[in-house]
Amino acid sequence: MEVLNALVALSNFVLIPAIAYGSQLALGALGVTLIYGILRFSNFAHGDTMAFGTMVTVLVTWALQALGIGIAPLPTALLALPFGIAATALLLLGTDRVVYRFYRQQKAAPVILVIVSMGVMFIMNGLTRFIIGPDDQRFADGARFIIKAREFKEMTGLSEGLAIRTTQGITVVTAVIVVALLFWFLNRTRTGKSMRAFSDNEDLALLSGINPDRVVMYTWLIVAALATIAGVLYGLDKSFKPFTYFQLLLPIFASAIVGGLGNPLGAIVGGFVIAFSEVTVTYAWKKVLVYLMPDGLEPTGLVQLMSTDYKFAVSFAILIIVLLFRPTGLFKGKSV
Amino acid sequence: MTRRDALLFAFVALLFIGTGFVQSWNTALTILNMGLISAIMALGVNMQWGYAGLFNIGIMGFVALGGLGAVLVSMPPVNAAWAAGGARVLLALAVGAATIAAAVIAWRRMTAGRARTLTLLALLIGGFFLYRALFDPAVAAIEAVNPAATGYLGGLGLPILISWPVGGLLAAGAAWVIGKTALGLRSDYLAIATLGIAEIVIAVMKNEDWLARGVKNVNGLPRPVPYEIDLQNSAGFIDRAAAFGLDPVTGSTLFVKLSYGLLFTAVLLILIWLSQRALHSPWGRMMRAIRDNEVAAEAMGKDVTARHLQIFILGSAVCGLAGAMMTTLDGQLTPSSYQPLRFTFLIWVMVIVGGSGNNFGAVLGGMLIWFLWIQVEPLGNGLMQLITAGMEDGSALKQHLLDSTAHMRLLTMGVVLLLVLRFSPRGLIPER
Repeated sequence: MEVLNALVALSNFVLIPAIAYGSQLALGALGVTLIYGILRFSNFAHGDTMAFGTMVTVLVTWALQALGIGIAPLPTALLALPFGIAATALLLLGTDRVVYRFYRQQKAAPVILVIVSMGVMFIMNGLTRFIIGPDDQRFADGARFIIKAREFKEMTGLSEGLAIRTTQGITVVTAVIVVALLFWFLNRTRTGKSMRAFSDNEDLALLSGINPDRVVMYTWLIVAALATIAGVLYGLDKSFKPFTYFQLLLPIFASAIVGGLGNPLGAIVGGFVIAFSEVTVTYAWKKVLVYLMPDGLEPTGLVQLMSTDYKFAVSFAILIIVLLFRPTGLFKGKSV
Repeated sequence: MTRRDALLFAFVALLFIGTGFVQSWNTALTILNMGLISAIMALGVNMQWGYAGLFNIGIMGFVALGGLGAVLVSMPPVNAAWAAGGARVLLALAVGAATIAAAVIAWRRMTAGRARTLTLLALLIGGFFLYRALFDPAVAAIEAVNPAATGYLGGLGLPILISWPVGGLLAAGAAWVIGKTALGLRSDYLAIATLGIAEIVIAVMKNEDWLARGVKNVNGLPRPVPYEIDLQNSAGFIDRAAAFGLDPVTGSTLFVKLSYGLLFTAVLLILIWLSQRALHSPWGRMMRAIRDNEVAAEAMGKDVTARHLQIFILGSAVCGLAGAMMTTLDGQLTPSSYQPLRFTFLIWVMVIVGGSGNNFGAVLGGMLIWFLWIQVEPLGNGLMQLITAGMEDGSALKQHLLDSTAHMRLLTMGVVLLLVLRFSPRGLIPER
């Protein structure tokens, strides 16, 4: 019983939140890694792209709610998601046309593109704050829980409850579907294959007749979808605040780099590595240890390795360790 | 400096003077003081990016460390807190540092294999728990000492001007640690690494209450200039203010701001002189050679990594100095006010717009962009009034548009940065 209780407590407070957070990071990191692989720069505007997509989704969600359209028990935001993706795709294609294309044709150094993306970041950040404001917005509706802690206790007779929120369930299911679709697209379709070829060797890809503009366009479209989905899932799970999304840049980049920049599989693994380390290091282990340790040896303190405010420090420490020992990431990434 | 550069500087000066006439001299001086500090930050970033091509986006962290330096030097020590746990905290920190040092030595000296992994793990885990066992009770003891007013160790109680170089030294120390680990990495990785370090510095300053009271802020830092209230009570000052036709209150605020401005200008002039000398010395030419072609410079026998480390430390120290100056000007340390958009990316806009690689360009960019950053809000407000003038009063859209003008400045900065990068990529005063 003790062991089971410990296991349930562990799943409730560590495993489930970390899996949900990891899925969100993985989707974000996939976007970063695709841009890095194909357009060859680190896109600092990614966090704000996520914020923009989420903002459009939130606005459409509110409109749908006002009209009384919903898909209860699922959150209305899922219905609004395609609108968010479409708007973000338009924004990204527009940005590419107005801003990035010029530097691509100039064959500018990657670091110049990074600085350019900083400018885009300012604009997107300002745009988001201008339209929806800098405050916290909650837009989750529908059923709150798949399993409630009390129901679980009654069902199993354990003293520890297990709660799975709907948003966590949706996050994981959506992430699995999106990743499966993405890998099918990259590995099986003609466009996907040309994208991978372009990422591997640009000159060779151009020689074999791949149209670079098409590859770039598809990349932005996919990135728009990934960023919006990641942003909406994060917003459903926690809440939507433009500044938080900007701050997500750090764990997202850490995930992409830990996995190996430019490597989609690495981005997913990196996302989970970062999420699990953040949650385990900042979790107060007292509850689990009380069940596991023999009487008398139970810890008196919280057994929290670091306070939750240091979660950035965790993702950063992992990043540095991986970079020092495996400079191209866990999976072989590319370097410009 | 060519005639065009001088004209540009004259234009910026005109902006400030115009503000003085149109708004108030108080506003103009407030903007000018922060503009001078921004110019110093931009000088620091220009050293790293303009001379050496190092992509550092952790400026916020170095600025914050400078601010921490101001508190640690100038605030009076809290003797009760030192008695309660000062020595123990220092001991715990020493244990922590020794653990890391031992782990590094073990990793270097022992041959790779299971024995090394196990030793490392044992060292790190044992060291961590020993550190926490020493650290936690000491911190609890310190923070228990009069938490409403102090609850921290306090500083050294020295004049605050000393904290300016000390702030620079703190930032330089942090830069040495970061540079040692991250400078070998590619430019993108260095960028992310510095971004992360900056966030960590802020997280530490927010949470370690024993150090500088965390989010409870440290208020009332001593000043290098007189207080307004003392001036208003001095008969001599009132007479002199009256001679300028000013009432004592306005006169004293202007006098204080002007004194700060003179101090900052002195620092800025010294820094410009030093960096001009450095840039046009053999050392400066070597730096630019390394930036333009690392391989060639290395083939000529230049130690690229060491030079990068050197300039990284120098540039960060200048940012730390500016940070200490800013905290002195504010008279308080508020860790939650450090935001990357304001303290990292805005400085980058200054350097790029001003002209990377040119010290005068960085200074011009710092003053100009800071002026815009402040003035875009009232300008945007006016613009919005104009746009919404036709709309009926009380409509939700009008209200929303008027409320959102505060966010115009981000938008404007982005547009300015993109326009300069596109049409004048070398900045207003290009490198020569």
